[in-house]
Amino acid sequence: MLRWIVWRDLMLAWRRRADMLSTVFFFVIVVSLFPLGIGPETQLLRTIAPGVVWVAALLASMLSLGRLFANDYQDGTLEQLLLTPQPLFLVVLGKTLAHWIVAELPLVLIAPLVGVQFDLSGETLWILFVSLLVGTPVLSLIGSVGAALTLGLRGGGVLISLLVLPLYIPALIFGAGAVEASVMGTSPSAHLSLLGAFAIVSLLFSPWATAAALRISLE
Amino acid sequence: MSLGTFVQLTGPNGSGKTSLLRILCTLLTPAEGQISWKGADIRSLGEEYVAQVTYLGHRHGIKDELSAVENLRISNALNGVSVSKERAAEALGRMGLAGRESLPARMLSEGQRRRAGLARLLVCDTKLWLLDEVLTSLDKGAVSLVRSLIENHVAGGGIAIVATHQELELPRTKRLELTT
Repeated sequence: MLRWIVWRDLMLAWRRRADMLSTVFFFVIVVSLFPLGIGPETQLLRTIAPGVVWVAALLASMLSLGRLFANDYQDGTLEQLLLTPQPLFLVVLGKTLAHWIVAELPLVLIAPLVGVQFDLSGETLWILFVSLLVGTPVLSLIGSVGAALTLGLRGGGVLISLLVLPLYIPALIFGAGAVEASVMGTSPSAHLSLLGAFAIVSLLFSPWATAAALRISLE
Repeated sequence: MSLGTFVQLTGPNGSGKTSLLRILCTLLTPAEGQISWKGADIRSLGEEYVAQVTYLGHRHGIKDELSAVENLRISNALNGVSVSKERAAEALGRMGLAGRESLPARMLSEGQRRRAGLARLLVCDTKLWLLDEVLTSLDKGAVSLVRSLIENHVAGGGIAIVATHQELELPRTKRLELTT
């Protein structure tokens, strides 16, 4: 079942590739604006790099969250998904996984490349990659709760940012913290462990919360 | 309501036909009262009940980016019924979409998309059909096809509850007229 939902959403994303690419381009451009604006001050760039890349990833994932349920809601396939004989949290989990693959995984893969502009060392780039790999599922999982709550509302796009961005703060602190620790030459493992713990907690709770929010939104 | 029953829901706009059907398929929680299926509350039956129900609403439930075959196969797979490509194409052919089953659904007309959605009735094996205004934008041929589908379903021991303003003229129709 999970396989079918993920496959369905991946195929839909593939047929509207432009949406997916716009998120990636947004991320690349926002991250690139900082070195261009600040100039070749490598020490300063190294210091701000973790925060800049992580904040850009948060904002880029905001762009794609609106579409997580909205398209299915409009054409009536979401109510059909709710009426399938399987636990709703599995449906939600499948859609969130597909969202992560489509919207977040490209950011994770391209982050080391854009990180080069900040004069980060090879090891720090690796930590940046790992921190995003562990942290971006949190963005999809918590974001799905916000997307479900704002479904069908006017101006849902702004509301979803207000709802979800504050909840992203722990991921931002530990994710950027891990990269920062690596820049300073200390071990990032404490930050990464906490980030991993946060990812597991959101994996346990957010599919249920999203499922409940969807039922409310569709009533 | 016993097996083998056909109920036609009528009533003016806003009288609650859609709400009633959405309550019956558990999308909506009733403010009071309860609905039982084989003696148990449908809310407590959960997925066990939903597996017996096919609900088709105002909106087609068709993804514009997918072809009619893909739409039909995916929606059935999610309902736990796997349908082969050939079977899906045959069902769509019977719905009058032969030759168009592989086109993205956005290239189909309104009525053809409605037909693609209705093709689910051909391949599902559920007991209770809840159909909400599914005859809008269908031509005469399609309407009579849907009528014969409902007739077969009811004759085979199923239940169909259909909200429509059109006269279906099926034998032994029960009517439920809602008022505002």
